[in-house]
Amino acid sequence: MNLALEHYLVLSAVLFAIGLYGALTKRNAVIILMCIELMLNAVNISMVAFSRFIVPALLTGQVFAIFVMVVAAAEVAVGLAIILAVYRGLETIDATRINLMKW
Amino acid sequence: MGLVIAFWVLAVLAILSALGVVLLRNVFRASLSLVLCFLAVAGLYITLSADFLAAVQVLVYVGAISVLIILAIMMTRNVPQGNPSNKLAIPVFIVAAAFLAVMVYAVTGTAWPVSTQPPLEPTTAALAIKLFGEGGFILPVEIAAVLLLAAVLGAIVVAREK
Repeated sequence: MNLALEHYLVLSAVLFAIGLYGALTKRNAVIILMCIELMLNAVNISMVAFSRFIVPALLTGQVFAIFVMVVAAAEVAVGLAIILAVYRGLETIDATRINLMKW
Repeated sequence: MGLVIAFWVLAVLAILSALGVVLLRNVFRASLSLVLCFLAVAGLYITLSADFLAAVQVLVYVGAISVLIILAIMMTRNVPQGNPSNKLAIPVFIVAAAFLAVMVYAVTGTAWPVSTQPPLEPTTAALAIKLFGEGGFILPVEIAAVLLLAAVLGAIVVAREK
Protein backbone atom coordinates (compact mmCIF):
# COMPACT_ATOMS: atom_id res chain seq x y z
CA MET A 1 0.00 0.00 0.00
CA ASN A 2 1.26 3.41 -0.91
CA LEU A 3 0.61 6.74 0.69
CA ALA A 4 -1.86 8.89 -1.21
CA LEU A 5 -3.00 12.47 -0.90
CA GLU A 6 -6.26 11.30 0.69
CA HIS A 7 -4.46 9.87 3.74
CA TYR A 8 -3.03 13.25 4.62
CA LEU A 9 -6.23 15.13 3.85
CA VAL A 10 -8.34 12.83 6.05
CA LEU A 11 -5.78 13.11 8.86
CA SER A 12 -5.87 16.88 8.53
CA ALA A 13 -9.69 16.85 8.61
CA VAL A 14 -9.65 14.74 11.78
CA LEU A 15 -7.20 17.09 13.50
CA PHE A 16 -9.24 20.10 12.37
CA ALA A 17 -12.47 18.60 13.73
CA ILE A 18 -10.82 17.85 17.09
CA GLY A 19 -9.52 21.43 17.23
CA LEU A 20 -12.93 22.79 16.25
CA TYR A 21 -14.65 20.82 18.99
CA GLY A 22 -12.12 22.02 21.58
CA ALA A 23 -12.21 25.66 20.48
CA LEU A 24 -15.99 25.79 20.70
CA THR A 25 -16.52 23.87 23.95
CA LYS A 26 -13.65 24.68 26.29
CA ARG A 27 -13.94 27.25 29.07
CA ASN A 28 -10.26 27.94 29.69
CA ALA A 29 -9.11 30.65 27.25
CA VAL A 30 -5.58 29.19 27.00
CA ILE A 31 -7.04 25.83 25.96
CA ILE A 32 -9.15 27.60 23.32
CA LEU A 33 -5.98 29.20 21.94
CA MET A 34 -4.25 25.80 21.93
CA CYS A 35 -7.14 24.30 19.96
CA ILE A 36 -6.88 27.13 17.42
CA GLU A 37 -3.20 26.25 17.01
CA LEU A 38 -4.26 22.65 16.42
CA MET A 39 -6.61 23.76 13.64
CA LEU A 40 -3.88 25.87 11.99
CA ASN A 41 -1.57 22.85 12.09
CA ALA A 42 -4.23 20.71 10.44
CA VAL A 43 -4.54 23.24 7.63
CA ASN A 44 -0.76 23.29 7.27
CA ILE A 45 -0.65 19.51 6.88
CA SER A 46 -3.17 19.60 4.06
CA MET A 47 -1.35 22.44 2.30
CA VAL A 48 2.00 20.66 2.46
CA ALA A 49 0.29 17.48 1.24
CA PHE A 50 -1.21 19.33 -1.73
CA SER A 51 2.21 20.78 -2.47
CA ARG A 52 3.84 17.34 -2.32
CA PHE A 53 1.30 15.41 -4.38
CA ILE A 54 -0.06 17.91 -6.91
CA VAL A 55 2.78 20.36 -7.66
CA PRO A 56 5.90 18.60 -6.29
CA ALA A 57 8.35 20.88 -8.09
CA LEU A 58 6.72 24.24 -7.29
CA LEU A 59 6.55 24.19 -3.44
CA THR A 60 3.72 26.72 -3.43
CA GLY A 61 1.90 24.93 -0.62
CA GLN A 62 5.00 25.01 1.56
CA VAL A 63 5.34 28.77 1.01
CA PHE A 64 1.73 29.16 2.13
CA ALA A 65 2.40 26.98 5.17
CA ILE A 66 5.28 29.29 6.14
CA PHE A 67 2.96 32.30 5.99
CA VAL A 68 0.38 30.44 8.09
CA MET A 69 3.10 29.81 10.68
CA VAL A 70 4.02 33.52 10.72
CA VAL A 71 0.41 34.50 11.29
CA ALA A 72 -0.01 31.78 13.94
CA ALA A 73 3.02 33.06 15.84
CA ALA A 74 1.70 36.63 15.74
CA GLU A 75 -1.74 35.42 16.81
CA VAL A 76 -0.38 33.49 19.79
CA ALA A 77 1.63 36.48 20.98
CA VAL A 78 -1.34 38.85 20.83
CA GLY A 79 -3.81 36.25 22.13
CA LEU A 80 -1.75 35.41 25.19
CA ALA A 81 -1.19 39.11 25.90
CA ILE A 82 -4.97 39.60 25.80
CA ILE A 83 -5.48 36.60 28.10
CA LEU A 84 -2.96 37.99 30.60
CA ALA A 85 -4.61 41.44 30.49
CA VAL A 86 -8.05 39.87 31.03
CA TYR A 87 -6.69 37.77 33.88
CA ARG A 88 -5.21 40.84 35.54
CA GLY A 89 -8.51 42.67 35.33
CA LEU A 90 -11.04 39.92 36.03
CA GLU A 91 -8.98 37.29 37.95
CA THR A 92 -10.40 34.63 35.64
CA ILE A 93 -9.80 33.24 32.15
CA ASP A 94 -13.05 31.28 32.04
CA ALA A 95 -14.42 32.21 28.61
CA THR A 96 -18.02 31.80 29.76
CA ARG A 97 -17.49 34.42 32.48
CA ILE A 98 -15.67 36.99 30.34
CA ASN A 99 -18.79 38.79 29.21
CA LEU A 100 -17.87 42.48 29.49
CA MET A 101 -18.59 43.01 25.81
CA LYS A 102 -21.71 40.87 25.71
CA TRP A 103 -24.62 42.68 24.17
CA MET B 1 7.28 0.83 3.07
CA GLY B 2 9.10 2.56 5.91
CA LEU B 3 7.36 5.76 4.89
CA VAL B 4 3.94 4.12 5.22
CA ILE B 5 4.73 2.78 8.70
CA ALA B 6 6.09 6.18 9.73
CA PHE B 7 2.95 7.87 8.44
CA TRP B 8 0.60 5.60 10.38
CA VAL B 9 2.60 5.83 13.61
CA LEU B 10 2.80 9.62 13.37
CA ALA B 11 -0.86 9.96 12.37
CA VAL B 12 -2.05 7.90 15.33
CA LEU B 13 0.30 9.82 17.64
CA ALA B 14 -0.97 13.17 16.30
CA ILE B 15 -4.63 12.23 16.68
CA LEU B 16 -4.19 10.76 20.18
CA SER B 17 -2.26 13.78 21.41
CA ALA B 18 -4.83 16.13 19.83
CA LEU B 19 -7.53 14.24 21.71
CA GLY B 20 -5.39 14.64 24.80
CA VAL B 21 -5.44 18.44 24.37
CA VAL B 22 -9.23 18.36 24.35
CA LEU B 23 -9.89 15.63 26.93
CA LEU B 24 -7.13 15.83 29.58
CA ARG B 25 -8.32 17.32 32.87
CA ASN B 26 -5.07 19.04 33.80
CA VAL B 27 -4.34 22.16 31.71
CA PHE B 28 -0.57 21.73 31.98
CA ARG B 29 -0.76 18.13 30.75
CA ALA B 30 -2.97 19.28 27.90
CA SER B 31 -0.27 21.74 26.86
CA LEU B 32 2.37 18.98 26.94
CA SER B 33 0.05 16.87 24.79
CA LEU B 34 -0.10 19.79 22.35
CA VAL B 35 3.72 19.80 22.17
CA LEU B 36 3.63 16.09 21.34
CA CYS B 37 1.08 16.79 18.60
CA PHE B 38 3.34 19.51 17.13
CA LEU B 39 6.26 17.05 17.09
CA ALA B 40 4.14 14.44 15.33
CA VAL B 41 3.16 17.05 12.73
CA ALA B 42 6.85 17.84 12.20
CA GLY B 43 7.41 14.15 11.54
CA LEU B 44 4.54 14.15 9.07
CA TYR B 45 6.23 17.04 7.23
CA ILE B 46 9.32 14.84 6.91
CA THR B 47 7.22 12.04 5.38
CA LEU B 48 6.00 14.67 2.91
CA SER B 49 9.68 15.50 2.13
CA ALA B 50 9.26 19.03 3.48
CA ASP B 51 12.50 19.08 5.47
CA PHE B 52 12.77 22.84 5.97
CA LEU B 53 9.17 23.08 7.18
CA ALA B 54 9.77 20.26 9.65
CA ALA B 55 12.71 22.18 11.13
CA VAL B 56 10.65 25.39 11.24
CA GLN B 57 7.79 23.49 12.89
CA VAL B 58 10.11 22.27 15.64
CA LEU B 59 11.67 25.70 16.12
CA VAL B 60 8.53 27.82 16.01
CA TYR B 61 5.82 25.58 17.44
CA VAL B 62 7.68 23.19 19.74
CA GLY B 63 10.23 25.82 20.72
CA ALA B 64 8.50 29.17 20.87
CA ILE B 65 4.73 28.83 20.84
CA SER B 66 4.61 26.02 23.40
CA VAL B 67 6.87 28.02 25.73
CA LEU B 68 4.53 31.01 25.41
CA ILE B 69 1.49 28.82 26.12
CA ILE B 70 3.11 27.16 29.16
CA LEU B 71 4.15 30.61 30.41
CA ALA B 72 0.54 31.77 30.13
CA ILE B 73 -0.64 28.68 32.03
CA MET B 74 1.88 29.42 34.79
CA MET B 75 0.84 33.09 34.97
CA THR B 76 -2.82 32.15 35.35
CA ARG B 77 -1.98 29.52 37.93
CA ASN B 78 -4.61 30.05 40.62
CA VAL B 79 -7.41 29.54 38.17
CA PRO B 80 -9.28 26.44 39.45
CA GLN B 81 -7.59 23.42 37.93
CA GLY B 82 -9.42 21.46 35.31
CA ASN B 83 -10.45 21.66 31.73
CA PRO B 84 -14.25 21.71 31.83
CA SER B 85 -16.58 22.09 28.88
CA ASN B 86 -19.33 24.66 28.56
CA LYS B 87 -22.99 23.84 27.99
CA LEU B 88 -22.57 23.38 24.24
CA ALA B 89 -20.57 20.12 24.32
CA ILE B 90 -23.16 17.87 22.66
CA PRO B 91 -24.31 20.23 19.85
CA VAL B 92 -20.69 21.14 19.08
CA PHE B 93 -19.76 17.47 19.00
CA ILE B 94 -22.51 16.91 16.43
CA VAL B 95 -21.32 19.89 14.38
CA ALA B 96 -17.69 18.73 14.47
CA ALA B 97 -18.66 15.17 13.53
CA ALA B 98 -20.83 16.42 10.66
CA PHE B 99 -17.97 18.64 9.48
CA LEU B 100 -15.61 15.66 9.59
CA ALA B 101 -18.08 13.48 7.67
CA VAL B 102 -18.52 16.13 4.96
CA MET B 103 -14.75 16.64 4.68
CA VAL B 104 -14.01 12.91 4.42
CA TYR B 105 -16.77 12.49 1.86
CA ALA B 106 -15.49 15.40 -0.23
CA VAL B 107 -11.82 14.38 0.03
CA THR B 108 -12.36 10.75 -0.89
CA GLY B 109 -14.88 11.58 -3.62
CA THR B 110 -12.69 14.06 -5.51
CA ALA B 111 -10.40 12.94 -8.32
CA TRP B 112 -7.23 14.87 -7.43
CA PRO B 113 -4.89 15.65 -10.35
CA VAL B 114 -2.00 13.89 -8.64
CA SER B 115 1.38 14.37 -10.26
CA THR B 116 3.82 11.47 -10.54
CA GLN B 117 6.91 13.71 -10.39
CA PRO B 118 9.34 12.89 -7.57
CA PRO B 119 9.46 15.56 -4.84
CA LEU B 120 12.21 18.15 -4.66
CA GLU B 121 14.74 16.74 -2.23
CA PRO B 122 16.49 19.44 -0.21
CA THR B 123 13.78 22.09 -0.23
CA THR B 124 15.60 24.88 1.62
CA ALA B 125 17.29 26.53 -1.35
CA ALA B 126 14.22 26.13 -3.55
CA LEU B 127 12.03 27.69 -0.87
CA ALA B 128 14.44 30.60 -0.48
CA ILE B 129 14.34 31.21 -4.23
CA LYS B 130 10.53 31.06 -4.09
CA LEU B 131 10.34 33.52 -1.21
CA PHE B 132 13.03 36.04 -2.13
CA GLY B 133 13.73 35.44 -5.78
CA GLU B 134 12.55 37.09 -8.96
CA GLY B 135 8.79 36.77 -9.43
CA GLY B 136 8.43 35.16 -6.01
CA PHE B 137 6.71 36.07 -2.78
CA ILE B 138 8.89 39.01 -1.72
CA LEU B 139 5.97 41.41 -1.12
CA PRO B 140 4.11 38.95 1.17
CA VAL B 141 7.40 38.37 3.02
CA GLU B 142 7.69 42.12 3.66
CA ILE B 143 4.05 42.29 4.76
CA ALA B 144 4.60 39.33 7.09
CA ALA B 145 7.54 41.18 8.64
CA VAL B 146 5.35 44.24 9.26
CA LEU B 147 2.63 41.98 10.70
CA LEU B 148 5.11 40.38 13.13
CA LEU B 149 6.36 43.81 14.22
CA ALA B 150 2.80 45.02 14.77
CA ALA B 151 1.93 41.84 16.70
CA VAL B 152 4.97 42.18 18.98
CA LEU B 153 4.23 45.86 19.66
CA GLY B 154 0.55 45.08 20.23
CA ALA B 155 1.37 42.25 22.63
CA ILE B 156 3.70 44.52 24.64
CA VAL B 157 1.12 47.32 24.80
CA VAL B 158 -1.73 44.98 25.79
CA ALA B 159 0.18 42.96 28.38
CA ARG B 160 2.19 45.63 30.23
CA GLU B 161 1.25 46.94 33.65
CA LYS B 162 -0.64 50.22 33.54
